[in-house]
Amino acid sequence: MHELSLLENVRVILEDHAKKQNFQRVEEITLEIGALSCVETEALAFAFEAVMKGSLAENAQLRFKHIDAQGRCLSCGQLTVMEMLYDACEHCGHPHVDVVSGLEMKITELKVS
Amino acid sequence: MCGICGCSNPSGTGKFSVVDASKVSLLTTHHHNHGNEQHSQADNQRLIQVELDLLSKNNAYAAENRAYFQNNKIFVLNLVSSPGAGKTTLLVETIKVLKDKFPIAVIEGDQQTEHDADRIRATGVSALQINTGRACHLDAHGIGRAVQTLKVKSNSFLAIENVGNLVCPSSFDLGEAHKIVVLSVTEGDDKPLKYPDMFYAADVMIINKIDLLPYVDFDVERCIDFARRVNPTIQILQLSATKSDNFSEWTDWLIAKMQ
Repeated sequence: MHELSLLENVRVILEDHAKKQNFQRVEEITLEIGALSCVETEALAFAFEAVMKGSLAENAQLRFKHIDAQGRCLSCGQLTVMEMLYDACEHCGHPHVDVVSGLEMKITELKVS
Repeated sequence: MCGICGCSNPSGTGKFSVVDASKVSLLTTHHHNHGNEQHSQADNQRLIQVELDLLSKNNAYAAENRAYFQNNKIFVLNLVSSPGAGKTTLLVETIKVLKDKFPIAVIEGDQQTEHDADRIRATGVSALQINTGRACHLDAHGIGRAVQTLKVKSNSFLAIENVGNLVCPSSFDLGEAHKIVVLSVTEGDDKPLKYPDMFYAADVMIINKIDLLPYVDFDVERCIDFARRVNPTIQILQLSATKSDNFSEWTDWLIAKMQ
């Protein structure tokens, strides 16, 4: 359940950011989560309310923006869609693909007051 | 479901929603009733675009650790595996072979008990046990504090034995030089595909307990093929820590890294 630790990180990040950008409350948080990142959005959503309780993001709405994963084939060099880290190249079938995107776990947007 | 912000019911009491990129831009004009609260553009709300990694706090501590390790010439390995793959035995046997060559220290991570640290201390090497309690992994902040408590010497080898778990420790950089994933032949040979994040994050895979191969249904070549599908550059060692089979391959690798 490392989602709990990640959310505790989010809470600290928001507190730091509130000082820098001068806001008191967070109303909405948008998280960008890649298809190959190792978090479950359902687990994040489940723990979110409990972790944010008593913080400046209590009652904030959590939103997810899903990022598709892509890799570059180490044989033919083309970009290929990935759903798993071990997916082969969709063009030539080569088993070794370098991940280009899809590992993201970021806060990208905050609605604050 | 609210068609604008995606909150989970019409009265707006939902706390999360799944949206796609095209809908997120609509947030700027969002204006409707959320339960008892009326919120709109008018009440001092503003949107901030940010780029903050969820692991940024941990990564900052990990970068501090890494700088400290480099400045003090401490070579650090982060050992990860499922429970029971043989990490502690591997460390105990490694210490027996190498403890006269350079200083060694060990940080042990488990949810509870001092058992593993006690096994390490029995070899004469200093060890610190971190009990993570409810947490399923070690984090970089805890490692930074442990290194100060242990007073790890310069020019030494520091082994961090992570909590037995093939999922969570993969995301948490501790500042180590390499993650080493240990997989024993009493487990399934398809573990690299079942838990790809860990095998993707590791630089070296140790296949342990190879003395038991005649008694188990574990296909080494299949396992290596699966690991390389996830991570084409992963280095692979096959050994038995208890019977010392191929053990020098591992200790030679470590000695070379220490130079």
